[in-house]
Formats: sequence, C-alpha cells, structure tokens
Amino acid sequence: MPERDVLLEVNDLERHFDVSPPALERLLRGKPRLALKALDGVTFSIKRGETFSLVGESGCGKTTVARCVVGLYRPTSGHIVFDGIDLGRLTRRKAMAPIRRRMQMIFQDPYASLNPRWRVRKIVAEPLVTHGLMADKAELRARVAELLEQVRLAPADGDKFPHEFSGGQRQRISIARALAADPEFLVCDEPTSALDVSVQAQILNLMKDLQRRLRLTYLFISHNLSVIYQISDRIGVMYLGRLVEVATADRLFAAPRHPYTRLLLETIPRLDPPDGALGEREPVAGEVPNPIAPPSGCAFHPRCPSANERCRQERPSLLAVGGTFVACHAVQEGRLPPA
Amino acid sequence: MRNSEPLLKVENLRVEVPTKRGTLVAVDDVSFSIAPGEVLGVVGESGAGKSLTGAAIIGLLEPPLRIAGGRIALAGRRIDTLPYEAMRRIRGKEIGAIFQDPLTSLNPLFTIGHQLVETVRTHLDLGPSEARARALSLLKEVGIAGADDRIAHYPHQFSGGMRQRVIIALALAANPRLIIADEPTTAPDVSIQAQIIALLKRLGRDHGTAIMLVTHDMRVIAETAHRVAVMYAGRIVEIGPVRTIVEQPSHPYTIGLMASIPRTAGRRDRLQQIDGTMPRLNAIPQGCPFNPRCIEAFDRCRRERPDLMAAKATEAACWLYADAKQPAHA
Amino acid sequence: MAEIAAANAASPARPPPGRWWRIADSDLWWSFTHSPVTVAAAAIAAAIIGAALLASFIAPHDPYDLASVSLLDATDPPAWLDGGNWTYPLGTDNQGRDMLSAILYGTRLSLVVGCAAVTLALLLGVGLGLLAGWRGGFVDALIMRVADVQLSFPAILVALLIDGIARSVLPRQVQTQITLYVLIAAIALSYWVHFARTVRGSTMVERDKEYIQAARVIGVHPVRMVIGHLLPNVIGPVLVIATINLATAILTEATLSFLGVGLPPTEPSLGTLIRVGNDFLLSGDWWISIFPGIVLALLILSINLVGDWLRDAFNPKLR
Repeated sequence: MPERDVLLEVNDLERHFDVSPPALERLLRGKPRLALKALDGVTFSIKRGETFSLVGESGCGKTTVARCVVGLYRPTSGHIVFDGIDLGRLTRRKAMAPIRRRMQMIFQDPYASLNPRWRVRKIVAEPLVTHGLMADKAELRARVAELLEQVRLAPADGDKFPHEFSGGQRQRISIARALAADPEFLVCDEPTSALDVSVQAQILNLMKDLQRRLRLTYLFISHNLSVIYQISDRIGVMYLGRLVEVATADRLFAAPRHPYTRLLLETIPRLDPPDGALGEREPVAGEVPNPIAPPSGCAFHPRCPSANERCRQERPSLLAVGGTFVACHAVQEGRLPPA
Repeated sequence: MRNSEPLLKVENLRVEVPTKRGTLVAVDDVSFSIAPGEVLGVVGESGAGKSLTGAAIIGLLEPPLRIAGGRIALAGRRIDTLPYEAMRRIRGKEIGAIFQDPLTSLNPLFTIGHQLVETVRTHLDLGPSEARARALSLLKEVGIAGADDRIAHYPHQFSGGMRQRVIIALALAANPRLIIADEPTTAPDVSIQAQIIALLKRLGRDHGTAIMLVTHDMRVIAETAHRVAVMYAGRIVEIGPVRTIVEQPSHPYTIGLMASIPRTAGRRDRLQQIDGTMPRLNAIPQGCPFNPRCIEAFDRCRRERPDLMAAKATEAACWLYADAKQPAHA
Repeated sequence: MAEIAAANAASPARPPPGRWWRIADSDLWWSFTHSPVTVAAAAIAAAIIGAALLASFIAPHDPYDLASVSLLDATDPPAWLDGGNWTYPLGTDNQGRDMLSAILYGTRLSLVVGCAAVTLALLLGVGLGLLAGWRGGFVDALIMRVADVQLSFPAILVALLIDGIARSVLPRQVQTQITLYVLIAAIALSYWVHFARTVRGSTMVERDKEYIQAARVIGVHPVRMVIGHLLPNVIGPVLVIATINLATAILTEATLSFLGVGLPPTEPSLGTLIRVGNDFLLSGDWWISIFPGIVLALLILSINLVGDWLRDAFNPKLR
C-alpha cells in the first residue's frame, strides 16, 4: 500500500476542562459549572516528512493540542487521524500500542522528563522493553549504545544517572528514548525552551539531522518565534484555543497577515534595533485575556486595531487568502492589506 | 547623559562556596562599573555566575555562598563589608532588586497597596497619605491601568505580566539609584516582554537610574542595554558597547554565542553551534576556561588564564589579543 | 543555584558503579558520621537489637524452661546488692526467672512484634496510598475518608478494639496460639494511615511529572508505571516514617501488654515484664520493673533519634 502523503490530520479538535467550583459551593451559592475551552475547534494537517509548528503565547492551547495528538488527553470533540486511523476509535490501551510505537513525544523540562532513579540505559530502552521488540539482552544493550551515539552521547553514558548530565544532554537522552522504537512522528513540546541558547543550537541542529536521516515528521510546539523560524516548514499561529493563521515559514515571516501574527513579530526584541537612543518602540497594549471568559466573536478583537462590529459578533473561520490560511474578517474583507 | 563618575564599582569580586569536597569558586575576579543612567547587560548561560554577581552586590548571597574577595563600592562608599543592618537600609533605598519569579516575590496575604506603602515608608520619610499617593503614582508609572482601584487588590488578582510590573514598582518605591534586575523578562508572552523592556529603558532615561540587567536572552540586552558584559564559568570574558558585542565580538565564546542565536530572517538550514558545554564549578579547566571548546585555542590558552585586555573595539579575556599591550580596565 | 547543587552532586572523573562505594561517598553517610548524637543512638540501638537477636546464644538461662526455674530463687535482688548472686546478674522475678534472660528474650519479642507490625502497616499503607494518589477521584476520596475516620481514634484504642473483637470471636484454644498475630495485626491496622497519607501526597505530585507522562506516551502498563516509576520516587519518606513508627509500635505493644491485653506472662515481652513487676514495686523488689523499663526506654529513644536524623538527612530543604 502506498504511503499516505498526509500523516496527521486534526479536525475540529475541541478540549474543555471543567474548572467549576466544588460541588458543595455550587449547591450553596448557586454558582454555575465553568468550562475552560482550551481548544475551540482546531483543524490542520501535517504531511509526511515535514515540520509543522504551533506557536503562540501562554494559554493559547498549543500544548493541549500536542497532548491530545499523543493521547495524554482525550479530546472533548473532534477527530485526530493518524495515517488514516481515527484515534478516537481506539479506546483500549492495547489498541493504541501500535500507534504509540510510531508516535512519540519530547517534553519541555529536561529535569523532570527522565526518572531520576533509573539509569540512562534503562530509560532509553524502555520503549523497546514495553513493546517487546528485543528480548535478547545483548541486542538491547547494543541498540541503546547505538541510540546514544546517534544523539552524540557516549555509550558509556548509559550507566549514569540523569542528574549527572546537563540540561542539553538530558534532552538528548529524551530524544534517544523517543527514537528507540523507530517512530515516524515526533511531537516536540517546547524542547529547547529550558536550554541556553548555544545548547539550543546544538539540539536544533541535531533534530534537523535526525529528521533528514530517519525521515521523521515533527509537530513542534514553541513560543519562541526565532526558533520556530529556524526549524519549521509550515507554521500555525494560535490564540486562545484557535488557529488564526497557517502559512509556510517564509511567508509567515515575510508577509504576516493576521493582526495577532503581526503583533507577535513586531514585539520580538531585535538584535539590531534601529539607531538613536536605543531605538524607541511603541509598547503594545493589552494582554492575553482570561481563557475562562474569552471575548465574543473574534477572540482577538479587544486588542485589534482593525476590529469592527462584525469582529465583535462573529467568529471568523480559517479561510485561504492568497496562499495562506487566515481567520480574520479584516483580511478576508480586504480591509487589511498584507504587511 | 552619562557622567564619568561610576555609580557602582565592582573590583575583583570573588564568590566562593565551601563544600565537603573543597571550595568551589562561583564568581572569579569579576570587575566592572556602571554609570548613573546606564544599563549594563550581563549575559551568560546557566552556571556562568551572573545571578550570583547580582546577589553579591545587593548582599543577598545565601550561605554557604560568601564573598571571598574583592570590593564593591556604591557612589564611592564601600558596601560589601557593611554589617547586616546597614546593608538592609541600603537595600531598597539605594539598590532595588527585581527577581525572576514574581509569584514568590509578593506576599499573597497583603494587598499590593499595603506592600507598596510599607516599602515606601520604610525607606522614605513620608506620612501615610503621601506614601499612598506615591504608591499610586508608581503603579501608574509602571503602566497598571485603573491604579486607583487596583491598589487595593491582592497579588492573586493580577495576571503574571501585571505582577511583574508590581514587582518593578516595589523596586522603584524608594527611588533607588541602582536596580539589579535578574531575568525580569522571562514571561513567555512577547507582548509583556516588550512592555517591560520599554519600562526599563524609560527608567534609565527619565530617572537616571542605573540598571544591571542580568539575563541569558541576548535580544533583550540588545534592545535595552548600553554596554554588555559576557560571563563564562564565573568570569567576564568580554565587555564592551552593545552594538559592538553583537556585530563585531572579539572573544571566541562571544562570537559563538552571537552566531548561535536563531534569527527571524535569512538562511534556515543550520545554526552555528559551540560544541561541548560550560564546565561545572568543580571541573573548571586550567588556563582559559573556554579553551577545551575554543577553535582558536593554542598552547598559552591551556596554561595561563587571560585577564581582560583591549581587543578591537571591546575588552576581551583572550590571548589572541595579547599583542596590544594595554592594561585591562573594566 | 541549581548548578552549584549539580556541581556538588557530580562525582569526579568516572564514578565506579558499585553501590557500596556510592553509599560510603554519599552525603547521607557524611551527615551520619558528623552527628555524634546519631552515631551514639545508632550504636545503642544496634547493641540492644543485636543482643536481643542473639538471645538464644547469650542468655545465661532459658526463662521459658520451667525445669530450670526454681521458686527458691524467686525475687532475688541484682548481683551487686545484698542477697544477690552472679548466677542471676540482674536478679529474678517472682517466679524465679532470671531477669537478664527474660529481658533479652522479651526485647526480642518486642522487636518481632514491632517490626512485623510496621512492615504490615507499611505494605498496607503504601499500597493504599499509591492507589489513592494514582487514581484520584472517588477511590481517593473513599480511602482518605476511611483514613480520617481511623485517625480520629487513638491507636491504642483501635488496637484494644481489634484485640477485644478477636478474643470474643475466636475460641479460647485458638486465642492463646494466635495472640501474637492478633497483636501484630492490631498495631499494624492502627498505623497504616500515616504511610498512606504521605505516599498519596507524593504520588499526586509525581504523577503529573513529565517522566510519568513520557511513560504513558510510550504505552507502559499502568501497574508497571506505578511500581517501576512512581514507587522508587515516593519511597524515601516512607523509610523515615517506618523507623519512627517502629519505636511507636514497640511502645504500643508494651502498653498493650502492660494493660494485660498483649503478650501473656508465659511469653513475656518488655511490657509484660513491666506489668508483672509493677505489683512488686512498692514492696521493694524494684528490679523486676525497672530494668525492663530502662531497656525499653533506651531502645525507643535510640530508634527515635536515628529516625529524626534520617528525616533531617532526607529533607532536601535542609541540605
């Protein structure tokens, strides 16, 4: 059977969290149930071999998407389709097992993502042991050594404990573990956010090399736009649980369309600010609103200079506009020309 | 804008921590000065000693860490040898501090108005209504909308970015001449980050406050600072004007660091990287601490430790520039 | 600051993989050897426990062998007093049994009951704590409410209750045979709660950590996750609680025996000895109570001190 071109499809994904006050309080004070819509209808797809990134500020839902895709959260509604298989239909742990072999995750915190009591070789070998892929001990050891070398660590490092390694080295161990069972798809949740900039460069280079050599597909989550620029093929910008723009990396950075994307790009501190008294920039007003009570209509309208009445009432859908997808009335109506 | 007389002068600062395996040196012979109204950025990766330098200056080193040598002078007056009470009075009044975690810097049990007024009255001789007026003006200055109402709110009623601004207001309460800001912009929201950067710049300009900005984020420094000190393994390896450090660095570590910062335009195939990691405190190499990772290292680098010396348009601690026989001054 | 801690933790060059080397070189050992009180306490505890375990070998007499006991020697005072002799170094009790031997065997019995009770409490408490912490929700609420209810009763009362139930339910012959087991069960059921609560708390903290989520993503079976990943990381405080509970369990057993619902005089523990001797205190034969009392006090105090040191040594904030 020929390989599917599209490896992952996410359709109308919604995930709500129940943040209601305790039952007794609701009863006594008549308070209503509260739901936090972390994801409010997200749709995108990822092609085999590409790096698709989700970027946004805190509370935008990008981490929630990652966790739904990988099965840590159950979606409230919507579909996640991996290589043609609807993951929502797989409710039993055994049924998910073959998918788990093919899809793995790398986490943000290098200090919490490795069991402090286990030796590195046990950590890296865990996927192999769990899926029963290698019974022979010698074979297992050899594979672990191979994996460690692949992430540019020494095979002897397998005998050590995580606390003997630096943050960057621990992320390498995480990557080695994620690659142990030969997955096709890696979900990377802010893998370099906790690392120093020179270590970050090493890890990003490593991830690019591995992608080329092992033909991996990445879903990359980050809030750091410059990292996103370096690693992504296509980018999705999220705001308050919704996708507001999806474009290729070049197009997004060269010609951002959605007002929020423009805001993000303008507020990145620059290494080369314009001359004269350190360059005065207008600080932008507003903060991300509370996701429990999002604004009506378009979630961005309170902060948007181009908002009109329609924006306050009607939520825009993600539509194709000149090569990119944008969810903005102003752009769709032609009121906001490209930057 | 800048006077010639430095407000803060740090000379040969050395911070040690005794452990059961011997004494480790966390900050090694660090010297620099900050003029009034100037923003000095101190950049380095984790473990470089930049936060400890700030903590040493403000007298908040946690034991067993201790200052083991050198001299710190504020406006000509020596402060590293002051007794606890005297230092406590200086802290807050002359030197303000902004730390990284706004959640733990505010007392959740008191309104921010109460905390502001308390800080103001501790250091300035103002009556209650004057102190409150000052607190209000501080809140407005840091950009808290609706300050008249919000002054009576508790910390948990503020969002993360707002809390960070309240912290800055607290640091400004007694009109200090120097502010030590340790990673004030680590909020993951770029819009908040931009606002805090603008605020810090304004302080320097409008009040003549000197700022020591400690961060690992070079972009923030590029936007905010006048001069930059680059730290590595407890030492300053390069110091100079910010534009020069970013565009024409001299020290190989600085060159590698600037090159590994991801950009938002241009080529996207491979980032420059520096192989290896910063040495741990108990395994600092002999000679220049960067020599194992340095592509330009030669024999002298492995034997002798370089001090800061003139190098093109900055000062760098690197034997590559040993030919220029000028003595080093921070 | 984290870097400094990491620097301290890193061993020089290539660390030998041996476990004993790691223990000897660790911070724990250093803190132990640098605390004179703890070393002394550990030595005393070790001495008493060692002597008790070797009771069969080092006791001069066998206090349970009725043939060797002679009523003529009853209530003889300790050797250094008038009327005493060195056959019975610490004197004899009202039935002529050698006090030293009785104390040795009695301590052994107290220790057996104490250790067994604590082990049982540990297994029960850790198991329920893991379950409550891992599952959360209704299971957690149920287990914790049971624990709360149990905590509102003093441990002695609970033990008395269980003991009383056993006595009324079981026939007399079976009773004497299983007194020991009922006692162990009673004490264990009083002390499981402390373990359960601590483990539940730690489990809830660790459960959300990323290495557990990583295991989920890999597809590890939940039981394996709890036992392989979670358990090693929550077991630390359990050791401290177990040590301190050991002392309390021994004391509880002694109390129960003193009250008459513990071990009988035919197989006396330290508590029973104290009870028996209590009747003779006022008539001047003080050694029947006092010597067991001293041993009991020393044992509990030294175990408590070691437990205190363990707790401080494991507390990351104090390090």
